[in-house]
Amino acid sequence: MNENRKYPFPEIDSDICKGCALCVASCPKDVLVISEKLNSKGFHYSEYVGDGCIGCGNCYYVCPEPSAVTVYMKNYVPEEVS
Amino acid sequence: MPRKLMKGNHAAVYGAILAGCKAYYGYPITPASEIAESASALFPKFGRTFLQAESEVAAINMVYGAAGCGQRVLTGSSGPGISLKQEGLSYCAASALPCVVIDIMRGGPGLGNIGPEQSDYNQVIKGGGHGNYKVIVLAPNSAQEMCDLTMLAFELADKYRNPVFVLTDGVIGQMMEVVELPEPVTELPDKSEWAIYGTADSRHLINSIYLDHDDLEQWNRELMKKYAIIQKNEVRVEEYRMDDAEIVAIGYGSSSRVLRSAIGIARERGIKLGMLRPITLFPFPVDEIAELADRGLKGILTVEMSDGQLVDDVNLALSGKMISDLHNRMGGNVPTALEICEKVSELYGV
Amino acid sequence: MIMAQKTVLRKPKGFIDVYRHKPGAEKDRTHYCPGCGHGIIHKLIAEALEDFDIVEKTIIISPVGCSVFAYYYFHTGNLQVPHGRAPAVATSVSRANPDSVVISYQGDGDLAAIGGNNILQAANRGENMVVFFVNNAIYGMTGGQMAPTTLEGQITTTTPYGRNVKTDGYPIQVCEIINQLTAPVYVVRTSLHDMPNIRKTRAAVRKAVLNARDKKGFSFVEILSMCPSGWKMDSVPAQNWIKENMIPRFPLDTFRDISEDTPAIERPVPVMDPDEVKKILGYSVLSDSNFEKNPDAALEKVALRVAGFGGQGIMSAGIALANVGMEYGYNVSWLPSYGPEMRGGTANCSVKIQEDTIGASECTEPNLVIAMNQPSLEKFEKILVPEGTLIYNTTLINIEPSRGDIKVYPIPITGIADELGDTRVQSMVNVGAFAAVTGMFDPGEIENLMSFLFKGKPESVIKLNEKAVRKGYEYVKENFS
Ligand SMILES: Cc1ncc(C[n+]2csc(CCOP(=O)(O)OP(=O)(O)O)c2C)c(N)n1
Ligand code: SF4
Ligand code: SF4
Ligand code: SF4
Repeated sequence: MNENRKYPFPEIDSDICKGCALCVASCPKDVLVISEKLNSKGFHYSEYVGDGCIGCGNCYYVCPEPSAVTVYMKNYVPEEVS
Repeated sequence: MPRKLMKGNHAAVYGAILAGCKAYYGYPITPASEIAESASALFPKFGRTFLQAESEVAAINMVYGAAGCGQRVLTGSSGPGISLKQEGLSYCAASALPCVVIDIMRGGPGLGNIGPEQSDYNQVIKGGGHGNYKVIVLAPNSAQEMCDLTMLAFELADKYRNPVFVLTDGVIGQMMEVVELPEPVTELPDKSEWAIYGTADSRHLINSIYLDHDDLEQWNRELMKKYAIIQKNEVRVEEYRMDDAEIVAIGYGSSSRVLRSAIGIARERGIKLGMLRPITLFPFPVDEIAELADRGLKGILTVEMSDGQLVDDVNLALSGKMISDLHNRMGGNVPTALEICEKVSELYGV
Repeated sequence: MIMAQKTVLRKPKGFIDVYRHKPGAEKDRTHYCPGCGHGIIHKLIAEALEDFDIVEKTIIISPVGCSVFAYYYFHTGNLQVPHGRAPAVATSVSRANPDSVVISYQGDGDLAAIGGNNILQAANRGENMVVFFVNNAIYGMTGGQMAPTTLEGQITTTTPYGRNVKTDGYPIQVCEIINQLTAPVYVVRTSLHDMPNIRKTRAAVRKAVLNARDKKGFSFVEILSMCPSGWKMDSVPAQNWIKENMIPRFPLDTFRDISEDTPAIERPVPVMDPDEVKKILGYSVLSDSNFEKNPDAALEKVALRVAGFGGQGIMSAGIALANVGMEYGYNVSWLPSYGPEMRGGTANCSVKIQEDTIGASECTEPNLVIAMNQPSLEKFEKILVPEGTLIYNTTLINIEPSRGDIKVYPIPITGIADELGDTRVQSMVNVGAFAAVTGMFDPGEIENLMSFLFKGKPESVIKLNEKAVRKGYEYVKENFS
């Protein structure tokens, strides 16, 4: 994970994403987009534009793939992961 | 030993209690309803589960669940109900779940009648559900055996992780005889390797899906191996007056009881009739029957209350070296001893 | 734990890290289609299990349908079961493990078509379980056929002209049906069509699993869910399709929520201790008298038919004789005529009492017949063996037996019972008569068995039946010696 990133932010596993775009539609800040690029399974995956996330969790809860989306909240302390 | 005059159906429920069976799931059907009735009276006295399911389909699936949770579990039914249980039985066998099913056979096909018959033979012995599988089948012919073989059924079910049938007919279920009550089992087998208890260490999977063709073939081969071991180790027969027998009758359940009477009459008439009674129908006593062909017998007569289902297996075992004759009754009729004696005289000129 | 407190939202611990049960290389992702509602629901369940710390005690029942492989994912106990039967399996799983959280996860074909009765009955029993009912208005797994919940006019592969309610029936509203039953504690319908409703679904999922944890009984959560593949549309339009087409037919509502006021279900602990088992079965009070057989008995082997009207104590006379025979150490058997006859008024039973092992239990050639009414006399006299014995009830039979080669004992059995003041004691008059005719039993010893034969009955009943035995015995001795 990129330590310089600004919390909160979503992290999308581009390989696991199936490109359904439910997260894109659910984001109140329109900070998710479907990539032009394809992943190894041939899906146009979802991407965070890099800024503007408010940590609402919508993208997490709407995503049908358990490990596609992780959302790090504002008060997230990295140690917790391990 | 404490003894009690009791119906075969009732004795089977005692056997289940003594074997440590924790749950009964069933749906009423004559002539097996008494099993459910007596389970409903007895099981709650032990804080064990009795539940009248909404159908035989539900009941066998409840059995599947309880067995998956490591319980010794029982269901009972008859013809039409057994037909409905077949899908669930296939799942139980496929998932290697031990469970016991009692089938008190009645007249068929269709709704038939509630008289005694042995016409569930094929659907039980041949593994009547879909797919390659077998169930162990025990065939009691007395109230005592209803108790004892039900206990044995639980033991074999656990030993081989396989469904076991106790297969008999309405007469044996309805008949009262003296039962010497055995001691309850003191220890139940450890199933923690695979059973689900709702705990951290028992988060196992009970399943019969093998998407990969090779995996499924492999699993089928393992099942075949298991059945071969059962065939080798578990055959049980009763021989009656076989030492000097010149004619051998083969029958199980009620027909074997009548055969015993018939042998009494035949012997008085100087006819040397003996009986081979399969106690296990799967494993079928193939070797024991094959061996009859080398005895120089005057004849072999299979007596059954079905349309030749048993004699087919007898002849398969004899593999052409001799051919068994058939005497059968159906529709709820039980052969009589005299009838059998006359048939013997007529067939073999004795 | 509420969501606001979470500092990270990631794959919940209710899921297995690596989906080891899933064949093939892709053990890090689900088998579901893009945008499938099942995945969302799975995640809500897995999150709730983690948050309430009940992953370890949860057991999930996977149905047949697209979620047949739910067991790939959940780090719980898992059973995969036949199509439609999840509620039946969940029933026994819950009974076997009363402290566990049992979840039946089902699609609409599984639950509302093939398993329609199983769900109703489990709900009606108030089993302690949660049912997650994924209503996607179609059969996903088998390629998009009509489901019981398919909407009017909806095109599926088996309704190519649209569902015709005149021939295919109407979309079934399952929550409304479940809500007709008394036992369920929580019945709710939610939807995945937008974020507020996904959050409501999340709340319902959490409430339902807490109900199961707290043993409140049956919770039913129906979730309107996308099947983009079956509906042949993209995921976001699929959400809109739920809103516009499904919700009008399947209104979102909390139909019932009485879990707060419902006490926890208690299940008994099974008694397994062998000594306790023997005690409950009454081993110590089972009779074990060993009366001496009479070496001079007229008969040493009995094949008896007792026959008459239902209500004449036919069956109980036979059972009493078999019981007495047992006390003398004989082999005995008793076989009732059973079946429709039981209802039609006539009844008969076969009793065998002998030294050797008993063969056939039906007495097709009896050596003794007790006929309590005329039809029985006519029917069973015929099958008596030569030299056989016939006891018949002269109170109700006014014809003479026709055979000359048998011994006959005409006895006013009903009359004797009536004189004692209770017709019901006919059966014991018969027992007494039997003892005298066969010489096999001693009336005094039969009297000793009375409190065993009539266990639990008042003293007056026992005394009356004792008298009946004595009267039957004496009548034979006085009239036929
Ligand atoms: C006894 C039986 N009949 C039919 C099938 C075939 N089958 C598999 S899944 C399915 C329908 C499942 O649909 P649904 O419950 O709506 O679940 P979904 O796939 O939509 O999630 C059918 C009919 C089966 N496996 N077993
Ligand atoms: S957490 Fe909310 S705001 Fe942030 S990316 Fe996801 S949906 Fe958008
Ligand atoms: S919801 Fe999940 S699977 Fe769908 S596009 Fe977004 S990240 Fe990918
Ligand atoms: S067919 Fe439908 S229900 Fe099945 S996985 Fe695909 S989207 Fe989901």
